[in-house]
Amino acid sequence: MNKAGGKIQGFTWTVEDVNLISAAETWGEVLVEAARLDADIVALTADLGNSTKIVRFKAAFPDRYFNVGIAEQNLMAVAAGLAATGFTPVVCSYATFATLRAAEFVRTDIGYGARNVKIIGTLAGVAYGQGGPTHHAVEDMAIMRGIPGMVVLAPADGHEMGAALLAALAHPGPVYLRTGRGVEPDLPALHGLPFEIGKARELAAGSDVALLAIGPCLHEALRAARRAARHGVSVRVVNMASIKPLDRAAVLAAVLEVGRVITVEDHSIVGGLGSAVAEVIAESGHGCRFRRLGHLDSFLPMGVPEDLMHLGGFDEDAILGAIGAMMGVDVTEEVNWEDGL
Amino acid sequence: MSHSVLTPAERSSLRQASQRVRETILQIVYDSGSGHVGGALSQTDILVALYHRVLRFDLARPDWAQRDRFILSKGHGGLGLAAVLADCGLLDPALLSTFGDTGSALGMHMDHRQVSAIETATGSLGHGLGIATGMAIGARLRGWTSRTVCLLSDGECYEGSTWEAAIAAAGQRLHNLVAIVDRNRLTMDGFTEQEVPLEPLAQKWQSFGWRAITCDGHDHDALAAALAQAVEPCEMPSVIIADTVKGKGVAFMEDQARWHYGALDSANLGTALASVRAEAPT
Repeated sequence: MNKAGGKIQGFTWTVEDVNLISAAETWGEVLVEAARLDADIVALTADLGNSTKIVRFKAAFPDRYFNVGIAEQNLMAVAAGLAATGFTPVVCSYATFATLRAAEFVRTDIGYGARNVKIIGTLAGVAYGQGGPTHHAVEDMAIMRGIPGMVVLAPADGHEMGAALLAALAHPGPVYLRTGRGVEPDLPALHGLPFEIGKARELAAGSDVALLAIGPCLHEALRAARRAARHGVSVRVVNMASIKPLDRAAVLAAVLEVGRVITVEDHSIVGGLGSAVAEVIAESGHGCRFRRLGHLDSFLPMGVPEDLMHLGGFDEDAILGAIGAMMGVDVTEEVNWEDGL
Repeated sequence: MSHSVLTPAERSSLRQASQRVRETILQIVYDSGSGHVGGALSQTDILVALYHRVLRFDLARPDWAQRDRFILSKGHGGLGLAAVLADCGLLDPALLSTFGDTGSALGMHMDHRQVSAIETATGSLGHGLGIATGMAIGARLRGWTSRTVCLLSDGECYEGSTWEAAIAAAGQRLHNLVAIVDRNRLTMDGFTEQEVPLEPLAQKWQSFGWRAITCDGHDHDALAAALAQAVEPCEMPSVIIADTVKGKGVAFMEDQARWHYGALDSANLGTALASVRAEAPT
């Protein structure tokens, strides 16, 4: 696989794209508007203001924006201190650094401290695939889910991220939001909807297989669902953007109404969406066919995000394969290339 | 603002407070079974000077927004902090006998979720200065005259996050932030200069953009002068390197790494109390 061939049809992401970001600008604008209404909102970064686009906040509120230097531990400690004086810090860094590098500061100063800090981790999963494994964030949700009291949200596009950010700001207490590179294609089904912490949202109805997905995998899931439908397989697609608290009712509905459940995430299958769903199913007393798609217990190499999602087995083709295996039918064969896939 | 020269009465009062606090620390260690006694004793005079002369707080309103904030970054000194808080009326002295008991508000590492006079939970080293930096920025944003004072162990100067905070605080020109290093020269494994040298420590802070002041951390006159200087308006944060002795006041504990954490039976409690009282101020 490479950028010129293989399955890569759409855009690819390179470092140069950073100035063309749309999704990040969407939620960045939401943050600026929220800060106009609430003078207690402050923004912090560790030298990733330009890269994460939270620098838009700096342009609007230079006195309420702080770059602490490339020092993620201190980033979290300073945010905790600001929260202790009544501010609502919004902290933005790459997901891998915000969670792995600063884990104990997030856990102790913000989590145990019960500080009202909102942590945005960008470049979640392999969104910065070409950065290689140092920049892949595939354990961030596992780490953040483990912190008592931490809300974990994984919105799919810029609009949902903006809505999730507003929900996070309205929630008293620490919240982690994971997002991508900021160039995620829009999911029109999510436009204009408020974000409810703890609520899943069905994006496609179906009765044979339920795909519970987040982030960029939602696009893959929706495409796989459309292809499966051509083979007569009815696939439900549910956006599980609220990872913690998880919408248990939505999981149980998939178990009881559909009976075949596949989770799809650009994150390790250990500790993320798949684990969270598995926990609900296991404790429910109800059985169903179940499979987790996501990063297996291995590191992916450097590469373009779409290639890595394919290699990792959580793209459209992999989802289709998992649906077919679960249904006992081959749904991968193309039925009709002309119908606007 | 505290003045820099003590009257004889102030000096006597502070020395008596230090002695009371040391006796309380020893009693808590005995009652609760064990404790971080060495560092609690080394920091005692610093905390007494802060709480009795420098920090501005309101006993009737512990949540007064414009209070000065004290962060015990060396969280294992919680034993000594509890003793000082009780001594100056910020904590019910009756609680001290519950120190370390399951469910007690008081324990090894003090905690703002349990004690109103505590600003933040500490215990993991290298967190306090960053939190204090955030509080100092917050106070400045609010237009408060509050000062933030953070006590670090010298061992915390090994933590990279301490220097992350030092860079950020200097970059923010936080003149309302004072760090104090309890320079007792001992960590759990031995003397810092023999294990992994920290010197020249004051120059390290200076090179990070801090006004560095050194003083004898057990001499109340020296502490008063250093603290007065540290809170004078300045374009940079200030650090006081307070030279101290681990286990100060108890002869058999002084400069002994093994008294970083220890237990006292009734016999050596008596010896320890006698040692503290032998240095009794007039």
